[in-house]
Amino acid sequence: MTAFAQRIWASTLGRHLLLAGLGLVAVALVLENTSAFRNGQFAVMAYMGIAAGGLTVLTGLNGQLSLGHGAFMAIGAYTTALLLDDYESAPPLILVLLAATAVALVIGAGVGVAAARLHGPYIAGATLALAIAVPGIALYFQGTLGGEQGLTVVVPDVPNWFADAAYFITANDVSSSKYVAYIGWFSLIVSYVLLANLSRSRVGRIWRAVRDDDVAAEIAGINLGRARVLAFVVSTACAGLAGAVLALAVRLAAPSGFMLTLSLALLSAVVLGGLGSLLGALIGAALLTFLPQVVTSIGLDAGLTDLQAAELAPLVYGLTTMLVVILAPAGIVGTARAARRRRRSHP
Amino acid sequence: MQQFLTTALTGLTQGMIYAAFALALVLIWRSTRIVNFAQAPMAMITVYIALVIIDAGYSYWLGFAAALLSGLLLGAVVERVAIRPVEDKPHINAVILTLGLFIVIHALAAVIFGSNYRSFPAPFGLSGFRVGDVNVALTGFSVFTILAVLAVMLLLVLLFRFTNVGLMMRASAFNQEVARLLGVRVTRMLTQGWALAAMVGSLSGLLIAGGNLVHPSYMDSVVVFGFVAAVLGGLDSPIGAVVGGLILGVSLSFVSGYIGSEVIALAALVILMVVLLLRPGGLFSHAPARRV
Amino acid sequence: MLDIRDLTAAYGPVTALDGVSFTAPEGKITAVLGANGAGKTSLLRTISGLLRPTKGTAYLAGKDLSRVPVERMSRLGLAHVPEGRGVITELTVEENLRLGGLGRSARAKPADLERIYTLFPKMADRRHKTAHVLSGGERQMLVIGRALLATPKVLLLDEPSLGLAPRIVAQIFDLLKSLVESDGLTIVLVEQNARSALSIADYGVVLNLGKLVVHDDAAVLAADDKLRHAYLGF
Ligand SMILES: Nc1ncnc2c1ncn2[C@@H]1O[C@H](COP(=O)(O)OP(=O)(O)OP(=O)(O)O)[C@@H](O)[C@H]1O
Ligand SMILES: [Mg+2]
Repeated sequence: MTAFAQRIWASTLGRHLLLAGLGLVAVALVLENTSAFRNGQFAVMAYMGIAAGGLTVLTGLNGQLSLGHGAFMAIGAYTTALLLDDYESAPPLILVLLAATAVALVIGAGVGVAAARLHGPYIAGATLALAIAVPGIALYFQGTLGGEQGLTVVVPDVPNWFADAAYFITANDVSSSKYVAYIGWFSLIVSYVLLANLSRSRVGRIWRAVRDDDVAAEIAGINLGRARVLAFVVSTACAGLAGAVLALAVRLAAPSGFMLTLSLALLSAVVLGGLGSLLGALIGAALLTFLPQVVTSIGLDAGLTDLQAAELAPLVYGLTTMLVVILAPAGIVGTARAARRRRRSHP
Repeated sequence: MQQFLTTALTGLTQGMIYAAFALALVLIWRSTRIVNFAQAPMAMITVYIALVIIDAGYSYWLGFAAALLSGLLLGAVVERVAIRPVEDKPHINAVILTLGLFIVIHALAAVIFGSNYRSFPAPFGLSGFRVGDVNVALTGFSVFTILAVLAVMLLLVLLFRFTNVGLMMRASAFNQEVARLLGVRVTRMLTQGWALAAMVGSLSGLLIAGGNLVHPSYMDSVVVFGFVAAVLGGLDSPIGAVVGGLILGVSLSFVSGYIGSEVIALAALVILMVVLLLRPGGLFSHAPARRV
Repeated sequence: MLDIRDLTAAYGPVTALDGVSFTAPEGKITAVLGANGAGKTSLLRTISGLLRPTKGTAYLAGKDLSRVPVERMSRLGLAHVPEGRGVITELTVEENLRLGGLGRSARAKPADLERIYTLFPKMADRRHKTAHVLSGGERQMLVIGRALLATPKVLLLDEPSLGLAPRIVAQIFDLLKSLVESDGLTIVLVEQNARSALSIADYGVVLNLGKLVVHDDAAVLAADDKLRHAYLGF
């Protein structure tokens, strides 16, 4: 490695940016070489990954459990749908994404102030209530939020500069679903760089201190409430962004997309991957995205109906979540790291 | 006036069911310091067992009994197999575990019984009594609901107050070490406690199902309502859970009647937050504020 | 009656008890003394199975206790009143007492309960109140009474004098003495309050850093100035 690359690698931000750049290249390679159907799946993985990344920071680093992140995704998705309701007057997409993030952030701040005062099962129960309550709001304000049918999302045309640049590099045309996948992965990489830097910074150390021993942290002069609210807000902002990507990917924001199962699936993604690890969150998101197809086809082969086979995926990841909690609470990434450490110390 | 009365009575009936469900949560919380979020799907799947039996032509009561019995069994199995390994781990593990169980039972029910809506019969009439020309909203089934929950509460009181098993279960809940030194098999008591709680959960599942449609997530919101009711009562107190359930049932009934049924979960969330922030020990606590 | 042989126990890397051996003879009071952290509580916890020995055994009337589950101990005749008293304050006085007699046959119980109430008249008046209302001294009496209801052969007591006024401590110690005389009970009494404990005990054991320092007649220990200054603080 050259001295310059080594210097970049030595700084946290530099390392994260380098990884981000590599990630972007990998994303482009994968998206250009897979079918439109796969592109759609990668978009799903992107939004699950963004939301799981935010959740893993909240739960893994700060010790707060949220069973209501599906609700914040709904907030992001509905914001997106309201902004992108017709073709002519759509604001630039980047503004839409930022707006969805900001709305979830502001509402998250409100909820976070309340949640910061709660512990253990109380915060779990309160966020669970949130997950159950939010779809009802969409039903209640049927006029603006579209009730049961929800709101359709008009995905803007692929901008010319993007299409030109993509054609210049890859000699491929950019379909709409590929465009959305790019947006999703770009959002994921940006948010992961921010989360990774945050967790390595002073703020991240404060979060860990609060998680490990809040009494000691308070004695050390840490403002517990502020630390918790900040973690919550960062996490809900990610969920909002994830919701925006979701709205673009499925072109719809409807209550049925944000049932309790979504929040629980997110939680099992971060538990499976390993609480507190962004890589783990990404692995968890990949599992949630790609596992269903595999399991469902096994189920169909075994003679189940479509509807039954579709439920095999949650069955598998629910069971795996339970097994992970019982047998390997550190999750995939944590267990792999521990195994590597063990191998190093006993060669 | 009539609407007011109807709303209140409906709320009372619903409240009894929430009370039973909250009671089940409290029983488990007291003995293991775990909120069993999987209580709802556990109840749901036992109700499906009842439905299968009833649909096969057997009597409602056979299905009813089978659901309660399988609740008892399921509670014991869940405690033995899933909960015991995490009992001495950080509480977050137990919470995640119950949620994993939530997903699993949900999916299992959908695979086995299908995820479409199915109607569940009621053993008593579903239309109100007529007094003169006023239609009182109290149906035969709601009278049965209220009586069934009252009976269960009475049985629980008798069990805990007057039997040795009840005494040992309470001792195990309050102080495991002392109970063990006095010869109480605490692990067995915990299993029995979970079994009992799951059975009470199944009862509330049956009562909600009666005359309604069931599908794998028909109990999902009930776990929230039960939790809110239990927290209203202080989470530690069986009597508090019952009163909390009634208060919540009536409040939500009014929200549903005068604002809209879509927002009752939101109303429950608001009530929960107000209680937790203003009276974290529950509505009836005199004790100094507790960490919630 | 209670034979401790080479008993060793640890909390993870911390060795709390290191090869302790002594015998607590039948119908006698054996005081276990030592400074904070000497391992007294750990000794009792290891005997009753709350803590498993890493080495060595305790024998109760010849029976090896090292593999007996905690829950079985009371039935074998071993009662352990833990440090900090172990009253279940959420239960009533009578319920606490009933718990003590659970292992016994149904017929023997009512008479015993009455015996406890005559021993402690104050408890009889408040039998249906939650134990929360009892004072520290009354709580100590309650747990001793509760332990007696299991008709133990050996009673392990962990610092019964903790936080009590000297007058109450004297009452409790008198009670213990009379129990030994009337019922032939064997008592292992853990105490920081060495002077009072030695005044009623027949034998004394001194622990330091988990090891047995000396085991002798109580009177001999009380007369040994050097030992008193070094380990007993009086
Ligand atoms: N739960 C525990 N975990 C780790 N170490 C412990 C634990 N309990 C006790 N110890 C350690 O074991 C040693 C013996 O403790 P023990 O409680 O038996 O002493 P003790 O003589 O009863 O003291 P005291 O008079 O203060 O009650 C001490 O070094 C103590 O720090
Ligand atoms: Mg001690």
